[in-house]
Amino acid sequence: MKKGRIRIDEERCKGCLLCVEECPKNEIKKGGKINRFGYTFAEFCDNGSCNACTLCAIVCPDCAIEVIEITEDEKK
Amino acid sequence: MAEKIVYKKPDSLTDKIFSYCWGCGHSTVHKIIAELIDELGMREKTIAVAPVGCAVFAYDFWNFDTTEAAHGRAPVVATAIKRVHPGHLVFSYQGDGDLASIGMAEIIHTANRGENLTIIFINNTNYGMTGGQMAPTTLIGQKTTTSPAGRNIKQNGYPIKMSEMLAQFESVKYVERVKVTNAASVIKAKKAIKKGFLNQLNGTGFSFIEVLSACPANWRMEPLAAKAHIDGVISKYYPVGLIKDIK
Ligand SMILES: Cc1ncc(C[n+]2csc(CCOP(=O)(O)OP(=O)(O)O)c2C)c(N)n1
Ligand code: SF4
Repeated sequence: MKKGRIRIDEERCKGCLLCVEECPKNEIKKGGKINRFGYTFAEFCDNGSCNACTLCAIVCPDCAIEVIEITEDEKK
Repeated sequence: MAEKIVYKKPDSLTDKIFSYCWGCGHSTVHKIIAELIDELGMREKTIAVAPVGCAVFAYDFWNFDTTEAAHGRAPVVATAIKRVHPGHLVFSYQGDGDLASIGMAEIIHTANRGENLTIIFINNTNYGMTGGQMAPTTLIGQKTTTSPAGRNIKQNGYPIKMSEMLAQFESVKYVERVKVTNAASVIKAKKAIKKGFLNQLNGTGFSFIEVLSACPANWRMEPLAAKAHIDGVISKYYPVGLIKDIK
């Protein structure tokens, strides 16, 4: 199975939570910190189930999410 | 282990953070337009015309040529640019106050002339920038700062369906209404805008894409509620889908 992780740009994220609703693996949550614009940005849970499907990044209005696919090249 | 970035901010966006409110549809549409300009390899051959409204700052965010027109006049400015630069991809990007209110004459005549242009119409059912006044697209009963008791048909008429109206012109080749509430709908919206761009590039003619867009700030809703409002209420009056497609 594909593995992945995301990087959330804390300055760009406005905490709209559309990504939280979109993620089929519940890998994103409302964060506890506030950025310099006053928005509570989202946080990646990193529970190991992200498969780099990119749905969160596609729905993110603010281009705050980068998606990284992790492949184990030895096995290939 | 190898790592590969499979999604990132497109090159056709600058690093400037969008000035739009949280969950605003303008941001999503700016993003998918920038992705398409990258994918089509048109960054040096695109000229956008921004509206008056929240998207007046589009030129700060798009990393390709963008000019700004007087309120509602974007389609005629785009007409002039396209006639002078027929090889460029030229599109106007307009809100519902800009396009359906003060700019109603310009959009109708531009459509009727069948200019080889792409028009992106952001319908958020109010005037966002100026504080949420009633627009021609405001829903029946919708409360705005200038319809505090809700839009009243007797006094204000019915919400205008721009897409259905413009589709009646013989000169109009492609009309589709989309929304950007979840990933699946964003993918569809991107496909529709791509078709509008390709129609222009292959000379098919006038294309009009209406996007149902959230304005959480003026709707007094959090972004997830605004998303549900589009899916459950707005798209009942303004159904999404293909309206016209003539080859
Ligand atoms: C000639 C003129 N009249 C009025 C205004 C004030 N004004 C600025 S933005 C706007 C409405 C914009 O609403 P819309 O097109 O729906 O865009 P949104 O901000 O919702 O994206 C108005 C009336 C203006 N700038 N110029
Ligand atoms: S006022 Fe509405 S349209 Fe304007 S940026 Fe805010 S949410 Fe977007």
